[in-house]
Amino acid sequence: MRDFAYVRADSVEAARNAAALPGAMLLAGGTTLVDLAKCGVAEPATVIDISHIDGLNAIDVSADRAVFGALAKMSHVADNPQVKSLFPAVSEALWQAASAQLRNMATIGGNLMQRTRCPYFRDPANFPACNKRAPGSGCSAIGGVTRGHAVLGISEACIATYPGDLAVALVAFGAEVDLGERKLKVEDFFLAPGATAEREHDIRPGEVITAIEIPGSAVARRSTYVKVRDRQSYEFAAASAAVGLELEADRRTVHDIRVALGGVATKPWRVRAVEEALKGKPLDEDTVRKASELAMEGAVDHGANHYKIALAPRVIARAILKLGETA
Amino acid sequence: MTVHDMKHAASDSARLEAVGGRLSRVDGPAKITGAAKYAFEQQLDGLTHAVLVGATIAAGKVTAIDTRAAETAPGVLAVLTPDTIMELRGASDWFGNPPALSTYCPLAREVTFSGQHVAAVVAETFEQAVAAAALVKVWYDETPAIVDLSDGKAGDGIAIEAMTKEWGDAQAAFAEAPVRICAAYNTPREFQAAMEPHGLIARWQGDELTIWEPSQWLDGMARTYAEWFGVPFENVRLVSPYIGGGFGSKALALAHSAVAAAAAKMLGRPVKLVLNRPQNFTSYGGRAATRQTVAIGADRDGKIQSIVHRGVNETAVDGMWVEPLGSVTSIMYATPNFSSKQNVVRVNTVVPGAKRAPGENPSAFGIECAIDELAHELGIDPLEMRLINYAEQDPHTKKAWSTRQLREAFAAGAEAFGWAKRSPQPRSMRDGHQLIGWGVAAGTYPVRRAHGEAVVKILADGSVEVESSSIDMGQGTYTILAQTAAETVGVPVSQVSVKLGDSHFARAGVTGGSRLAGVMTGAVYKAAGQALDELVGLALSDPRSPFQALQANTLVVQDGRIASPRGEGPELSIAEFLSAVGRDQIEAKGDTLPVNTTPEQRYKNYTTIAMSIPHTEGDWSRYSWCAHFVEVRVDEDFGTVRVSRVVSALDSGRLYNPKLAESQWKGGIIMGIGQALLEEGIVDRRHGRIVNGNFADYMLPTNADIPDIQTISVGIPDPHSSALGGKGVGELAIVGIAPAIANAVFHATGKRVRDLPITLEKLI
Ligand SMILES: Cc1cc2nc3c(=O)[nH]c(=O)nc-3n(C[C@H](O)[C@H](O)[C@H](O)COP(=O)(O)OP(=O)(O)OC[C@H]3O[C@@H](n4cnc5c(N)ncnc54)[C@H](O)[C@@H]3O)c2cc1C
Ligand code: SF4
Repeated sequence: MRDFAYVRADSVEAARNAAALPGAMLLAGGTTLVDLAKCGVAEPATVIDISHIDGLNAIDVSADRAVFGALAKMSHVADNPQVKSLFPAVSEALWQAASAQLRNMATIGGNLMQRTRCPYFRDPANFPACNKRAPGSGCSAIGGVTRGHAVLGISEACIATYPGDLAVALVAFGAEVDLGERKLKVEDFFLAPGATAEREHDIRPGEVITAIEIPGSAVARRSTYVKVRDRQSYEFAAASAAVGLELEADRRTVHDIRVALGGVATKPWRVRAVEEALKGKPLDEDTVRKASELAMEGAVDHGANHYKIALAPRVIARAILKLGETA
Repeated sequence: MTVHDMKHAASDSARLEAVGGRLSRVDGPAKITGAAKYAFEQQLDGLTHAVLVGATIAAGKVTAIDTRAAETAPGVLAVLTPDTIMELRGASDWFGNPPALSTYCPLAREVTFSGQHVAAVVAETFEQAVAAAALVKVWYDETPAIVDLSDGKAGDGIAIEAMTKEWGDAQAAFAEAPVRICAAYNTPREFQAAMEPHGLIARWQGDELTIWEPSQWLDGMARTYAEWFGVPFENVRLVSPYIGGGFGSKALALAHSAVAAAAAKMLGRPVKLVLNRPQNFTSYGGRAATRQTVAIGADRDGKIQSIVHRGVNETAVDGMWVEPLGSVTSIMYATPNFSSKQNVVRVNTVVPGAKRAPGENPSAFGIECAIDELAHELGIDPLEMRLINYAEQDPHTKKAWSTRQLREAFAAGAEAFGWAKRSPQPRSMRDGHQLIGWGVAAGTYPVRRAHGEAVVKILADGSVEVESSSIDMGQGTYTILAQTAAETVGVPVSQVSVKLGDSHFARAGVTGGSRLAGVMTGAVYKAAGQALDELVGLALSDPRSPFQALQANTLVVQDGRIASPRGEGPELSIAEFLSAVGRDQIEAKGDTLPVNTTPEQRYKNYTTIAMSIPHTEGDWSRYSWCAHFVEVRVDEDFGTVRVSRVVSALDSGRLYNPKLAESQWKGGIIMGIGQALLEEGIVDRRHGRIVNGNFADYMLPTNADIPDIQTISVGIPDPHSSALGGKGVGELAIVGIAPAIANAVFHATGKRVRDLPITLEKLI
């Protein structure tokens, strides 16, 4: 870890001003930033501690919408009774993320900004080539250990998986990220690598996430998050699915559905093809499994991550059928 | 040195306190409250900090090191390279064999594995050392590396003749057997993954060296330091009050230890060096990756006629590690014909090392899966299969077992598990999406024995002190030695304090191979008995003794009080008595060595493993035994495996403290679950580097992965194994867990996974 200057911001305004300076990085819960600084990936010149800004940790939930301040803790949002009843997939995604200790430290804003777990990205001393870290240096993962890497949204520049859980639920339900001056859909906030793997978010120097807003909906109310991994807890997803379901009055025909995937793509991955294939269709196992396969259109593996192509549709199907059973 | 406040653990119940009682860990409160100070938590004046620079290639030469930027960085005191670090002498190995080279440089010029230390930076603060270490530039001349056993360049390796075990004509008998199975079983590189990293503080005062370092073997490591620096053994003091997990990895002084001690000498200031987490995956060896083939030929009624076994384990380019893969294969089942051979293959890794039950653990994975395959082939229940081939004596040495409660273990485990209700067909049990499987496997571990020494003091206030340079890495040495001394002298446990982890105390050999409890309870029993004899002798004979007038020939010491056996005459507390006779303490040193042992032999006994006593010495073959019954649930869509039930019945002989033994067994079972389902050091094949060397990516089981575990003790005192009748506890229970799980996964899914770990993509 390199020496850095430390500044405590007392207001969003102060944070914005400080964050606009070159080499400045925001510090919220620190669970990503400190970790990456130790690996030698993050080398901030100035750390701007925003964790003491008043009023940024509010959790405000109604049937119409949920608003989480950027500094709200993962564990607080996960445990909020209204989040649990009106946005269950959001609560479940958070509960299944990281560990209890991390969830108590980590913030919602920081969570969106977490970086990939690609092992090559995290070891600059041994693997200098990484387009995400050093644009144009190449990709050490391609041809290497790829078990955790993405099969969707990849490019020649980068195949790193977006590792988070919460954002998968957020893109499913059309959430927005509030940057103060502008608001954008979480889905657009995340960027696939393309030729610019280093750009993961549509965020500009000096911008600070202040809140996340999720519109309330029937699909959000009946929703779930299914996360699959070798270890029962404290592991990133091999594949995960956030699904919301609204049925017709007959209680078996799909009226509206939302499906997003985690653990298999370079960004939180909404799969509209699956949604479209199921709208107006009866909710039987065969139909659901077939439709779920559509999520893998265009998927490309790099050997060890091949299993994700088989796994991800099954995770989607399980989530949809699970919601169907509770109809 | 550590004195525990025993009051926390004290109980009124004598039953709890006696040897065999369920006394809670006496060091528990100190650990839970954070009062326990681990080795490198010492605060020393003038402490400096060293950080290592690791090789970024797996094979080749260091051609140049540019230290200029690091040297001028803030706070830097020294940058050490192979050219600038002081020259050390070669040290003998753990058998006491003299070194091949007379000098030793702990920083590498020739790189044989990724992460090998090539330089070190010492600075005033840790942060300064870290920052400066990143400025050290190293140039290499890289050569192709052999990354692992499956590397095309690896070859067949070196035959280890000493591992060959053969009787009968195994090949011919296999060829003629009416039923045959043959399969290959692989285990990956695994790591001990202790919570407490490796590291040390080294301080020189003149030519006296003090090392604070977590250690499973103070005397052995002190010897290594003494030899490296050419100082007398007595000049080195190793202090290791607590160990935050070792699992076999903390028994040797390693290259990083040498760097720290050399830096301290060169700078004339104490140096602290702690490996960071990734360095804990490259600076010392975990369990070697292994490959085995097991061929079994049997009659149609299931009786084994022949076992042919071949094993390979990886070792380092510049170091030898043999993981004895035929160890369980050769003793678990009766067979008239047997052949086992083993090779080792050199690859570019740090020298592999001991991890809980080295040898027995992977060996059991092979044979215990193979026997399950044979049972399935024959349509015989896998438990029945094991009983059909029960070995009534050691099939290898043909000696009688000292004790073997394995039949009892099978019976007790099966009963508690409900094995009789198992439906034999694979994929025949399910619960919704979950396929349910039941598996069984046996395990064993030899009773490794050695000699030990202890000092027991009876102090003026009537309390008892035990001193030993043995250690407690969580297994309960503090507690059982307190129990042993309390019972032997006749005082409450609350009046005993145990001091461990200082090489200036009475000597002890390695804490490994599950031998320490047996060795040390024996030594303390002896020393405490001598102290008691002296106390009673004094009471009977000292002219100032109130008991002298009794003319008795013995006295009873109980609950800290001295009285005559029949209760006539005076009754005094030990403190009152000592004050009456004007003694301020009684001290006895006891050891279990033969009386005519020379000082040289003693030194060798404690500082090498050359004098440990074979488990098949004399008329007996001595082993601990266990039977594991496991239920798994496999998600049929996802391929994820969860262990939902474990019942294990174990024979560790007499238990000195059942509560602690159960914890050890459970710890082994949990580690076995990790081994079966999660753990694997993943190597980048192009760079020969472990890419998951951290606790987020090297998967260890969490509490959520562990079901309720039921352990049942079926042991009986084994007088041939130890002074007090115990056999080994610490390593036994991990042996057989992975095959029990693999067998259960087969029963659940019909898929035989022979490569550990059983991750989801192997089942999907
Ligand atoms: C071992 C481990 C396991 C984990 N497992 C999971 C998992 O299973 N699932 C999962 O979803 N996550 C997981 N995580 C990630 C964890 O959720 C994130 O580390 C955490 O949410 C980050 O939040 P923080 O407040 O600590 O962020 P910080 O570390 O403080 O910040 C992270 C980044 O976001 C920036 N930032 C912070 N706040 C703002 C803001 N308001 N506006 C703009 N930028 C900001 C910082 O500059 C920094 O770059 C895991 C993390 C670890 C270390
Ligand atoms: S996959 Fe992306 S993050 Fe990983 S090494 Fe390649 S460029 Fe870097």
